[in-house]
Amino acid sequence: MVPLSWYLALSAVLFTIGVVGVIIQRNIISLFMCIELMLNAVNLTLVAFSRFFGDVTGQLFVFIVMTVAAAEAAVGLAIIISLFRSRETINVDEADLLKL
Amino acid sequence: MDVNTLLNTIEISHILFLGFAALCVVAAFNVILQRNPIYSALALIIVLCAMAALFLTLYAPFIAAIQVLVYAGAIMVLFIFVIMLLNVREEESKTDHQKYLKFLAVPFFLAMLGEVFAVIKTVGAPPASANPPGTVESIANGMFTNYVLPFEAASVLILMAIVGSMLLARRESAADTDLIEQALNAANQATPVIETIEEEVAA
Repeated sequence: MVPLSWYLALSAVLFTIGVVGVIIQRNIISLFMCIELMLNAVNLTLVAFSRFFGDVTGQLFVFIVMTVAAAEAAVGLAIIISLFRSRETINVDEADLLKL
Repeated sequence: MDVNTLLNTIEISHILFLGFAALCVVAAFNVILQRNPIYSALALIIVLCAMAALFLTLYAPFIAAIQVLVYAGAIMVLFIFVIMLLNVREEESKTDHQKYLKFLAVPFFLAMLGEVFAVIKTVGAPPASANPPGTVESIANGMFTNYVLPFEAASVLILMAIVGSMLLARRESAADTDLIEQALNAANQATPVIETIEEEVAA
C-alpha cells in the first residue's frame, strides 16, 4: 500500500507548479488552467485523506469542488470572451485599468 | 540485499503510483511552460486523466469517473472551445511589465515546496483504513442525508453560473441599447415628479 505522505507530496508538487504557472504565465487562459491544476491538487489531498481515514466526507467535498470549478470555468471564460471583445487581447498585462 | 528481496518489497501499487505521479508532474510542467494555450490544454487533459487513475488507486471509482466525465470531458472542452473561438495569435511580449516575476518564480517554487514538505513531515501518517469509502452508494448516502444543504447550494451556484455566463458573453444588440435609453428617459422624467411628491410629504 502506498503511504499517505506520497499522495500529499505529489499534491504539494502539483499545487506549487500551479502557483508558479500563475506567476510566469501572462496568457489569461493559461492562468485559468493553472488554477484548475491547483484545484485538482487539492482534490487529490482530499481523496487521499478520505481513503486513509475511511471517511466519505472528503469525496463529497471533492464533488462540491468540482461543481465550483465548473461554475468558475463557465463564468471565467465568459469574462475572457467579453474582455477579448472589448480589448482585443488576452494578455493580463494589457487589462490593468484598475491598477494604480 | 539481493535482487529477489528487493523485488518482493516492491508492490504493484507503488509502481502504479510512481508511474502516474511522474506522468502528472511532467504534464503539469508542460501546462505552465507551453506558450500556446492549446498545448497547455492538451497537457492539462493528460494531468486530469492521470489523476483519475490515482483516484482509482485510492479506491474512489466514482470520483475517478466524474473526474474524466466532468473535468477532462466538459470543462476542458469548454476551454478548448474558447481558445479556438478567440483564435489568438502567438503572444507578443512587448508589454511584459512583470519580467522580474519570472526570475522570482524558481526560488519561490523551491521555498514553497520546502515549506509544504516540512508541514507534511510533521503530520503523522495514519494507517490505511480497512474499509475504504467511495462506492456510489456511500457517496449518495452522505450527499442526500448529512450534506444535502451543500448539495443544494452547489445546484444554486450552477444556476447562477449559467445565467451569469450567458449575460456576460452575449453581444449587446441595438434593441437592448434602445430599451436602456427608454428606461433612462423614463427615470429622468420621473425624478422631478418624485421630488415634488417628497416635498409635499415633507410639508
